[in-house]
Amino acid sequence: MNGQQTIQASQEAGSRKMLIAMVGIGVMCALLIVLTYEGTSERISRLRAQALQEAIFRVVPDISSTRAFQLTAQGEFTEPAVPDPTRPQIFAGYNDAGQLKGFAIEASGQGYADVIRILYGYDPVREEIVGFYVLESKETPGLGDKIEKDVTFLENFNGLDVSLDETDEALRQDVVTVKSGTKSNPWEIDGITGATISSRAIGNIINESAAVILPKIKAEMNLFSDQQ
Amino acid sequence: MNTESMWYIFINACLVNNFVLAYFLGICPFLGVSGKLDTASKMGAAVTFVMLISSMCAYGIHALLVAVNAPFLQLISYIVVIASTVQLVEMFIRKMSPALFRALGIFLPLITTNCAILGLALFQTNKGYDFLQSLVYALGAGAGFTLALVLMAGLREQLGFTEAPKVVRGTVITLLIAGILSLTFMGFSGLGN
Amino acid sequence: MNSKIQHSDLPDQSMDTFLKGLWKENPVFVQVLGMCPVLAVSNTAINALAMGLATAFVLLMSNVLVSSLRNFIPKQVRIASYILIIATFVTMTDYAIQAISVDLHKSLGAFISLIVVNCLILSRAEAFASKNTVGKSMLDALGMGFGFVIALFCLGAVREILGNGTLFNLRVFPEGFQAWIVMILPAGGFFTLAIWLLVFNLYKERKERHEH
Repeated sequence: MNGQQTIQASQEAGSRKMLIAMVGIGVMCALLIVLTYEGTSERISRLRAQALQEAIFRVVPDISSTRAFQLTAQGEFTEPAVPDPTRPQIFAGYNDAGQLKGFAIEASGQGYADVIRILYGYDPVREEIVGFYVLESKETPGLGDKIEKDVTFLENFNGLDVSLDETDEALRQDVVTVKSGTKSNPWEIDGITGATISSRAIGNIINESAAVILPKIKAEMNLFSDQQ
Repeated sequence: MNTESMWYIFINACLVNNFVLAYFLGICPFLGVSGKLDTASKMGAAVTFVMLISSMCAYGIHALLVAVNAPFLQLISYIVVIASTVQLVEMFIRKMSPALFRALGIFLPLITTNCAILGLALFQTNKGYDFLQSLVYALGAGAGFTLALVLMAGLREQLGFTEAPKVVRGTVITLLIAGILSLTFMGFSGLGN
Repeated sequence: MNSKIQHSDLPDQSMDTFLKGLWKENPVFVQVLGMCPVLAVSNTAINALAMGLATAFVLLMSNVLVSSLRNFIPKQVRIASYILIIATFVTMTDYAIQAISVDLHKSLGAFISLIVVNCLILSRAEAFASKNTVGKSMLDALGMGFGFVIALFCLGAVREILGNGTLFNLRVFPEGFQAWIVMILPAGGFFTLAIWLLVFNLYKERKERHEH
């Protein structure tokens, strides 16, 4: 046997073996992943929807069904089957009799550590914010995360004034966070000692979102009035 | 939801949410290569470079995966593409600039398994950054990594002159210092506001 | 082909294989491997336990697969194959956790995906599973996996008890306890790990002194 030939032959066999091995493993891995995905995706989307539903029911009282809307870049409301993840969703909530009871509005903005995503409830008749829930935050545990747990802070969102002015195009008063214990007007949020920046961020997020979305809701009210 | 300004993204990745000191990514090189100031800064440069490249790749892959609607392939394609990119970059540098290769060369293979790189790719996707924002994010993360590494190396060089008890020498004292550094970096929170 | 060497399959040795990962070569406290995910999500006992179990599962599955394919994978592409295999199991675990609890997935975040680059898993695949039988690799993975879970739990429990006054959300200290917030912050992760390592070092030193 010629030594060189053997080496060449074994090299060829080696690279073929290498190719087979990589393709084999690749196919097997792809199969496993796809199987898991197919097996779990239904349950995952159900759990996600359930969690969102619970949050909506928490911020808008006395409702039993919802419709999901989004505001397009042109400022029109659409009801997309698959929501655009880069735009906040607006949920209209209805009671058992099918009457519109309020809105749950998604909003986000810069917190102390990272972006905070919240959901707030809006009552169009009383023109007040009626509920508040933190969807996602990375605020400092023990300090900034009081915005999720602090009872007196959460009490702020039980009737926070966001009424529109005469033109129906802007808020009469900007929502502002004030120093803890100095709230004197219905449009002010009582801040948290030790979480000043986080609580101020919540005020800003709500103010920015409300100033844009609430006038639009008022203008298009008949769009939401009935349950489909 | 990707309306953040470039400046904020940079500060956030570099100082407020420093990859090493707040997210604990890239701890292995942080503990391993932070013995000397010189190597630490070179390692930092190499990581920043690879981060920039893999951030671009990750952006492309993500767009592709969204187009073909296959989110479940995200992780596997990220890791494969990042690993092979690092290999290609290594070969490219060796051919184009032997001097640069000598400076960075030995660190490049180490970087493939650096969680900071994969972490960057995953975070930028989660945050929904566009192409330019991703690049700034990568630059910030790399700068933050370098900063942490260089600070640590500087402290450890000084530490060589002290007489620490035998039991705390090595990893223990490095971790303690890292903890104190991490506390210091907490002071940067809120800078973006 | 460099398989089936050095290690014989005696029953008492398989016990050793299991125990060494648990204690003598504990991946976290002795080898200081796979630190990145360890520290980031060990701020509560539940998170730490979930992360530990997820890692142990990936370790077990990839060790078994790597070892059963060890004669099939050519040497030149072995690392690439291992990474593919590990990434597959991590993706599967990721979906499994999402299907179990959305909240848990939210608190672990991207760190589940980062199990891929946990040096512990790749190093076990390369150093053990690629050279040993399926049974032994499984034992090795179980030992290392349990060692990892225990270590993570030690970190998570200390951080939650001191940082929040609770364990598994149950009060440990009475209401009036002023929590050490620093322990839940990232810095607390570094401190807790440093102190555990210190305890291990002290123990080792004492044992050595006794032997002399």
